[in-house]
Amino acid sequence: MPALPALPKRLQGPSVWALYVIGLIPAAWYFYQAATGGLGFNPVKTFEHLLGIWALRFLIAALLITPLRDLAGINWFRYRRALGLLGFYYVLMHFGVYALLDLRLNLGAVWADIVRRPYITIGMLCLVLLIPLALTSNNWSIKRLGSRWGSLHKLSYLIIAGGILHFILARKSMTLEPVIYLSLVTALLVYRLIRPKLLDWKRARRVRFN
Amino acid sequence: AAPLQAMPGPYKLDEKLTPKDAVTSYNNFYEFGVGKSDPAQNSGDFKPTPWAVSVEGLVNKPKTFGLEELLKMPLEERTYRMRCVEGWSMVIPWIGFPLKALLDQVEPQGSAKYVSFETVVRPSEMPGQSGFFQPLPWPYVEGLRLDEANHPLTILAVGLYGETLPNQNGAPIRLVVPWKYGFKGIKSIVKIKLVEKQPETTWKNSNAREYGFYSNVNPAVDHPRWSQATEQRIGEGGLFPERRPTLPFNGYADEVASLYAGMDLKVNY
Repeated sequence: MPALPALPKRLQGPSVWALYVIGLIPAAWYFYQAATGGLGFNPVKTFEHLLGIWALRFLIAALLITPLRDLAGINWFRYRRALGLLGFYYVLMHFGVYALLDLRLNLGAVWADIVRRPYITIGMLCLVLLIPLALTSNNWSIKRLGSRWGSLHKLSYLIIAGGILHFILARKSMTLEPVIYLSLVTALLVYRLIRPKLLDWKRARRVRFN
Repeated sequence: AAPLQAMPGPYKLDEKLTPKDAVTSYNNFYEFGVGKSDPAQNSGDFKPTPWAVSVEGLVNKPKTFGLEELLKMPLEERTYRMRCVEGWSMVIPWIGFPLKALLDQVEPQGSAKYVSFETVVRPSEMPGQSGFFQPLPWPYVEGLRLDEANHPLTILAVGLYGETLPNQNGAPIRLVVPWKYGFKGIKSIVKIKLVEKQPETTWKNSNAREYGFYSNVNPAVDHPRWSQATEQRIGEGGLFPERRPTLPFNGYADEVASLYAGMDLKVNY
């Protein structure tokens, strides 16, 4: 399989930090636009929705890392933690804008939404489930948890499924955009189901040809 | 949009008008796309003239009205609150005439109990009506009870801010029913039909649990996915908008509450 030109070793660490910085640019840019009138006449809602979309994008990107290596031979595992954490940061900002700017920190209204509106319940559940994953996204936890780390981080499948459901249920009607995200997420999750078989098959083939 | 003369009408408000650029660029008009800025961006090819509205059904004198004729009705400027079912609101100076004035000309029959409305279907000029994924079935249809249609607050609008309606606001003629959620105000109307039974309405067909036939503005009846207790005025507050309390019947309770005497508005939402 053709390989991408490898990044020089001394740039590998900095490239991860660059990803964090680049990943936060959309949030900073939209905040600037919202504050200066660039997001239209309902800037809070637009800002809130854009942050949610970017959260989905980063979480999807994090889940793309494995199939990318399996199927295309591109190893970007060093970026997976940053993508997942960026997804978490965007989920936090998305919730923050909703609670702080949209509902003006009316905690009664926030709580009423969470218990009464299924799509918000689901979104909130995803945020809560992301917290243990974010807290264990460090080398110390990986060492400490051993194989349990992998089991714990399988929660990401549930979270992305919940995230896409939250997105679709929040819309008034089905359009191309949610359909694209839904297809992507479905493909990523189905891939996880068939992955063990696929890897078995690949291993068997390798044995046969050696 | 061309300048349009109108007499000052009977309904005025002490509230600040929503800026014209907000009224004409923050719209729900799915025939031009589902984004708020889509209607303003995608309606450039729409031709609101020539235009005709057919008024038919259970009437003694069915008639097709040309736009010129409609623009000769006694036009009034009326400033109304507009409350969207999504939780935002505007204050808009409409130009129009009471729907009743039109209905009187065709003489509804005694058996007519409801009025149904239909939007134009023109996929070549309305990009939301063509393509693979369409958010709603077309034509967009709406309806009112006959007494709601005849209420003096109910108008057919042909302009706003002293000009003819921009395409994105429902050119050349649309319904405005200020005590109901905005989606009841069907745009770019081509057909009005007097009928005996409650007519089909687009959003109710799409999701009956969320959008009822009546859809009167009611802070006490939540939308299943959000509270209707408060609203945000578009164009005010920037990043820190205040949410103001939503009023029963959008503040028009004195005029219209009697239409629903004895009705359970939690059931008839």
